[in-house]
Amino acid sequence: MMVELGHFALIMAFATALIQTVMPMWGAIARDPGLAGMARYSAFVTFALVLIAYLALTFAYIGSDFSVANVAMNSHSTKPLMYKISGVWSNHEGSMLLWVMILVLFAALVALRGGGMPERLLASVLSVQGAIAAAFLLFILLTSNPFARLSDVPMEGQGLNPILEDPGLAIHPPMLYLGYVGFSVAFSFAVGALVHGRIDAVWARFVRPWTLLAWIFLTLGIAMGSYWAYYELGWGGWWFWDPVENASLMPWLMGTALLHSTIVMEKRDALKVWTILLSILTFSLSLLGTFLVRSGVITSVHSFASDPARGVFILGILTLFIGGGLSLFAWRAPSLKQGGLFAPVSREGALVVNNLFLATSAVAVLVGTLYPLVLETLNGSKISVGAPYFNLTTVPLFVCLLMLVPFGQSLAWKRGDLRGVSQRLLAAFGISMLAMMATFAVTRGGPVAAPLGLGLGVWLIAGSATDIITRCYRRGLSLSTVIERALGLPRSAWGTALAHAGMGITVIGISATAWGVESLAVVTKHESLTVGPYTVSLEQAFKRKGEGFREDVAQFSVMEGASARGLIETSKRVHTGREMPTTEAGIVTYGLGQLYASVNEILPDGRVSIRFYWKPLVTLIWGGALVMALGGAVSLADRRVRIALSAKAKRPSAIKAEAKA
Amino acid sequence: MKRLLALVIMMLVAATPLLAVEPDEILKDPRLEERARTLSSELRCLVCQNQSIDDSHAPLARDLRVLVRQKLVAGDSDDAVRAFLVDRYGDFILLKPRFSFDTLALWLSPFALLILGGGMLLRTSRRASLSKVEALDHAEQARLNEVLKAKDSSVS
Repeated sequence: MMVELGHFALIMAFATALIQTVMPMWGAIARDPGLAGMARYSAFVTFALVLIAYLALTFAYIGSDFSVANVAMNSHSTKPLMYKISGVWSNHEGSMLLWVMILVLFAALVALRGGGMPERLLASVLSVQGAIAAAFLLFILLTSNPFARLSDVPMEGQGLNPILEDPGLAIHPPMLYLGYVGFSVAFSFAVGALVHGRIDAVWARFVRPWTLLAWIFLTLGIAMGSYWAYYELGWGGWWFWDPVENASLMPWLMGTALLHSTIVMEKRDALKVWTILLSILTFSLSLLGTFLVRSGVITSVHSFASDPARGVFILGILTLFIGGGLSLFAWRAPSLKQGGLFAPVSREGALVVNNLFLATSAVAVLVGTLYPLVLETLNGSKISVGAPYFNLTTVPLFVCLLMLVPFGQSLAWKRGDLRGVSQRLLAAFGISMLAMMATFAVTRGGPVAAPLGLGLGVWLIAGSATDIITRCYRRGLSLSTVIERALGLPRSAWGTALAHAGMGITVIGISATAWGVESLAVVTKHESLTVGPYTVSLEQAFKRKGEGFREDVAQFSVMEGASARGLIETSKRVHTGREMPTTEAGIVTYGLGQLYASVNEILPDGRVSIRFYWKPLVTLIWGGALVMALGGAVSLADRRVRIALSAKAKRPSAIKAEAKA
Repeated sequence: MKRLLALVIMMLVAATPLLAVEPDEILKDPRLEERARTLSSELRCLVCQNQSIDDSHAPLARDLRVLVRQKLVAGDSDDAVRAFLVDRYGDFILLKPRFSFDTLALWLSPFALLILGGGMLLRTSRRASLSKVEALDHAEQARLNEVLKAKDSSVS
């Protein structure tokens, strides 16, 4: 009954999404406030209906209702509650439902927060959101119904894919989708603005918090996914340039560009046409990512759906929204008035350069991901584009971009003083050079790239520190004044500094991978092996049974010099039900580095074939991403951004208060 | 029966614990081994999903790793090994595609875009600095004066 209710709610949601698409847009064009006013209510209703459908499916999972095909195929009555709830999005149908739910959630949030927005803009934004929701709801209803019943009800479900049975599943997809789908708001704002014909700093102020929010989640989602792959796949890599990883990286790169260009638009009313284009492109890349993952055109661990009908349907949606968005852009953009002028050397100029590099690296990833597909369609030749290509193209672009970041951060708006900025950055430059030289000296004979990368990371961190220090420190000021001034800085300044420093931390972590050590051997009991600064020796190999699996465990003791540093365990696990073997890596964190063990085979005579890695500073890769996201959150908490979000923004008293402050 | 057999074989294959670069594969000469590792990381495991033979657990990847090492021990250059494998398996095996007519757009497009975008930026910035900022008209000038006056009086 519940399941049918959910299905019915989903059909109703499609209908209300259609209403949300048509009526407000009509109202916005015909200037009919009554029709335009329907936007908010229909957005709320659509969200409520999709939520009902989503909860219905979740309850079917929690109650192990195996008459539902989706539940029977992806759940098991003995699964812990967490995996029953997250099992909903472990498969194609459920994850599409999650996708749409996040989409309508964003629409409802825009409706909730949009009281201060111009009525026509709000109406057209929600209308576009409604159109996207309607398209994907139709897709779910026609090709991927999660509520389909089985006539032959099985006694037990088939269980979850063991790789997915991990806390990572509970966090990674929702985070990623919040990011992916969050960019739909920027897209809708862009289309709304093109329809509306007015694009100005106010528009940018409304769109920026949403872009920032999506960016924060996408950053966390990608970092989470990377760490999950790192510990789950068991061969120690953290980024594989897999098509599906690329699918999430492209919107991130483009979205980062968008984030920076909206700042220019908000502060200086410039770069309007470009910002609109970026908004459209960023969400287009999100849609493309959905297509790549969901259609199964690309072989990857993530593509659990390979149904051509679905692929064609999503391709249709893709064409409709990307094509429609870009056509509208081509038609309306020339009529947009260009805003503020700026000198090439200025904050704006620096942000334009940032956009150029970010957009180019997004395109490089895009070209590399799609090239084999396109080439095979064109002339039948099969080629591979793998990690070497992506490293060769994106790394130089990123190195150039990151070297310029501290300059951009310190330049003034409108007309910057490059000499003054260089002088201010002299200390930061000195520190990073010193760090680089020192590392060179210490690791003499080691890889060259690592100290260079480390220097770049330090440069970013020191550059951010310089920016904060020059803003609040003058010679002769007392310490308390300096602290007061630092606390008084706009949150967005702190956010920028944190995000850039976070990038620096990640860069250091990535560079340090070059110092990684790998040891592989077949060892007998109590035989020891050197891994970087550590000595490991095999304590025992044994069999063990756990909940839902049995495993062969190899246990090693870790010594650093003469002092014991604990135990490390790695196992070959076979999951009951699917009988699928996985390697459970053993990971122990020492300081910022990690010791990583991955068992290859436990031989019948008790010897163990094992692979160990020592990965110095590796945790900085994800730690930096967390700092970046934190920077985003701090920016989001900025007064100016919050006011843009608040419904009270339009009240004269609030504006007055802001003017006084 | 046949299907069952196929299933059993598949499960056996999947369950055979094989890991990338096993200890017995390692060459005695560390320089050769280093070259073998670099080469393998740029060769695709043909039966896997986007993995290099250096990372892959598959039996085919192991065979290829051993083959690469044999060729290197026999004194072949890196290019010769690559050419041999491309002869056998086609361009699909190279994770780093060769620069050819087919891959022209692949290798050039990012850099072309960068140069094109950079050029466009340079042009617009030059134009922007050349174009004069419009002067205020009379009404605007009058309003500006008023504002400035008001500000002056509030300061004093």
